[in-house]
Amino acid sequence: MLSYYFSLALHSLKRNRVLTALMVLAIALGIGASMTTLTVLHVLSGDPLPGRSGSLYYPQIDPRDMNDYGPNVEPPDQLAWTDGMYLLKAKRASRQALMTEGMVPLQPTESNVDPFQTSALYTTADFFPMFGVPFQFGQGWNANEDEGKARVAVISASLNDKLFGGGNSVGKELRLQETSFRIVGVLGDWHPNPHFYQLYMGSYASDEDVYVPLSTSRDLKMEHDGSTDCWGNTGGDQDNLERVNCTWLQFWVQLDKPADVEAYKSFLTHYSQDQHAMGRFERPPNVRLRNVMQWLDYQHVVPSDARLQTWLSVGFLVVCLVNTVGLMLSKFMRRSAELGVRRALGASQRALFGQLLMESGVIGLAGGTGGLLLAMLGLWLVRQQPAGYASLAHMDVSMLLATFTLAVLASLLAGVLPAWRACRITPALQLKAN
Amino acid sequence: MNLHPMIAALRKHKAGVVLIALQIAVTLAIVCNAIFIIYARIENVRRPTGLVESDVFLVTQQWVGAPSGDDPASIQKLDAMLREDLNALRALPDVESVAPTNSVPLLPSSWNGSAALKPGTDLRSGNARTTFYFGDEQWLKTLGLHLVAGRDFTAADVTNMGFRANTQPDIVIVTKALADKLFPEANAVGKVIYLNGDSKPTTIIGEVERLQVPSVGSWASSFVWNSTIQPIRLNGNFSRYVVRAKPGRLEAAMRAVPSALYTVSPMRVLDDDSVKSFKDIRAEAYRADIGMAALMGAVCLILLAVTAAGIVGLTSFWVGQRHRQIGVRRALGARKIDILRYFQLENLMIAGIGAVVGVALAVGLNRLLMSKFEMQSMPVYYVLVGLAVVMTLGQIAVFVPARRASNVPPVVATRSV
Repeated sequence: MLSYYFSLALHSLKRNRVLTALMVLAIALGIGASMTTLTVLHVLSGDPLPGRSGSLYYPQIDPRDMNDYGPNVEPPDQLAWTDGMYLLKAKRASRQALMTEGMVPLQPTESNVDPFQTSALYTTADFFPMFGVPFQFGQGWNANEDEGKARVAVISASLNDKLFGGGNSVGKELRLQETSFRIVGVLGDWHPNPHFYQLYMGSYASDEDVYVPLSTSRDLKMEHDGSTDCWGNTGGDQDNLERVNCTWLQFWVQLDKPADVEAYKSFLTHYSQDQHAMGRFERPPNVRLRNVMQWLDYQHVVPSDARLQTWLSVGFLVVCLVNTVGLMLSKFMRRSAELGVRRALGASQRALFGQLLMESGVIGLAGGTGGLLLAMLGLWLVRQQPAGYASLAHMDVSMLLATFTLAVLASLLAGVLPAWRACRITPALQLKAN
Repeated sequence: MNLHPMIAALRKHKAGVVLIALQIAVTLAIVCNAIFIIYARIENVRRPTGLVESDVFLVTQQWVGAPSGDDPASIQKLDAMLREDLNALRALPDVESVAPTNSVPLLPSSWNGSAALKPGTDLRSGNARTTFYFGDEQWLKTLGLHLVAGRDFTAADVTNMGFRANTQPDIVIVTKALADKLFPEANAVGKVIYLNGDSKPTTIIGEVERLQVPSVGSWASSFVWNSTIQPIRLNGNFSRYVVRAKPGRLEAAMRAVPSALYTVSPMRVLDDDSVKSFKDIRAEAYRADIGMAALMGAVCLILLAVTAAGIVGLTSFWVGQRHRQIGVRRALGARKIDILRYFQLENLMIAGIGAVVGVALAVGLNRLLMSKFEMQSMPVYYVLVGLAVVMTLGQIAVFVPARRASNVPPVVATRSV
């Protein structure tokens, strides 16, 4: 039955090629435009750590003075050294890591590569197990090495390829800022997008190449980049960041159960109250505890242009669909005579309805194929853009399936009204008129 | 012409009428807003920075093995290296003038802070956010800025300081926008302000007409004309020089820079991006805006084309359906022009209904976008222009099928099919 409908549909579509082409083109344009922007949005707003992100939280407290204080003021995005170290050492969560980022000069020892600047993350031992960072060789450092300001480093797979040809470099020397570090681990495939734990060096495609203990980086006065937000009049002297009134550290904790989240929140509130009572915090307790996705949402990580384009293309799809409904209506109604004959010969209304929907489904499939090609072209155009996220704009299997599903569903939807109108014809009237 | 029979006829095609009207409405809403976005982006791109931009280029370089400490000896060594570079560049035959700088407008690298009327206050009422430029006595001249009050820096005003130092200058030149914000009533020249919440007073000695901040991001849009220029050479392990070439000698001057700097000292890094014309800096800064405007433009055109195709399709269908009726009308004395007018008027009515709904949709969409994105309220004339565009489009699209209708011969009335 279906194959008969299919051949009828092809036959009918061939009869009026211009109209068919117009409908397929309209669907293809609408699908192509909306799938391009939806794919970009899908890539940009994806979960950087599926399965883990729900239990990772970003604590915020408010240590500032009363300048600009008001109700509903959000606490600063980062922590000061004093608070960060306290929360880290309190170990109230199952895992916690404190971090910041900077550029360090790297002097290769075993190759003829010139010295270059590379991006480094200064963090603490739990960073690796907490985020489930994969290792190719070796492992992260431990808490004792944090404590001892050990000269140890973990390097990315790409840096390992560049310096050591991809071999096992654990135990080898890495010279950073004229100091010798021992490599303890080489990362595997670690490219979380968005770069959720550290958004100051770019939200996408901004992986760092070197990881060293935070304590070591402070000991060696390694350069701190990113944002330093200060209050009061202590200034923001880069070499004395431990003592100034500035927030410049990011802190992540792992909280596995909802009860732990509540407990941690009240811990933050109590800490703020204590600091407020001691006079260090001028503001009353003002804390936030967001998980990864809430944090990304709060930070507006997805560029607003990408969201605007998605809105626009969805509107575009609506116009294309309305257009297709109109064209199908005219096409189906024009075939009243043919449908009247089929009805008179015994075809049920249901059968006619099925036949017409099959026709619109075929248009949808053709439109979907065209739309997929247009979306590929669109994504290629996006990748030519200068934005940092551009290189990530690739279609994956789920978006590919979504394209076809959307195209067929949209065209079936567009076909329902015209098909229903067309199969309500009274056969006798049609036959008589002819 | 009597509208009554037309409305009666349209009643028989409710679905088609609603579809065309709806399509026109949504198209109008999207096109108005898209054009408004395009216009806003283009306005953004076209605003002048305050510079005379032709013949200006920027040199960014990094020293290798330069002192990295913040002690006075290191700073003086770095300053000596900087001055050597300046002298070498100033000696080039195609160069008009050179100044050290930390950034230029449209460059994604900025030093930002605040200017206040009272000491020790940061970013509060009566204060203004500002960007800081650091240059010497040739900085204004090199960028081609227009001094509207007070005086320029002299060589004696210019000092130097380490890149990470946090001391405020004795004197500054500010933009007129910032001066007017700080001293709305009075002349700002000679007045004292406090920078970055410091307690050290700083005197304004001059006002420039216009100077944009480096960042073009929306976070800087609240202080885009608030710039402060400090008479200071910043010393770090990298340096930037802004250069004005002699008129028409831009390329020659740019080519001469790397070898001149390598002659002073080969211990430095100059890469492909190190010598960059202001034209390129501008193009890079606004590439995303121009891309967005182009995308919006393309979407508008395709949308209008799709809508026109829809109108052609549906009207053709109606013409086909009413073939006999048209023949009857012709046989009863209607002229070709009457038939043509009939379909044109019919389209005008449908498009009119669609456009009215579309105006409401357009305003609603604008409100929605305003709430979700940083967008202004759309002026009424955008909606009016959009309305005119879709009505015209409807008339153009309907012309072909309507002409075909008018060519139906009266004899059709006498045939049975």
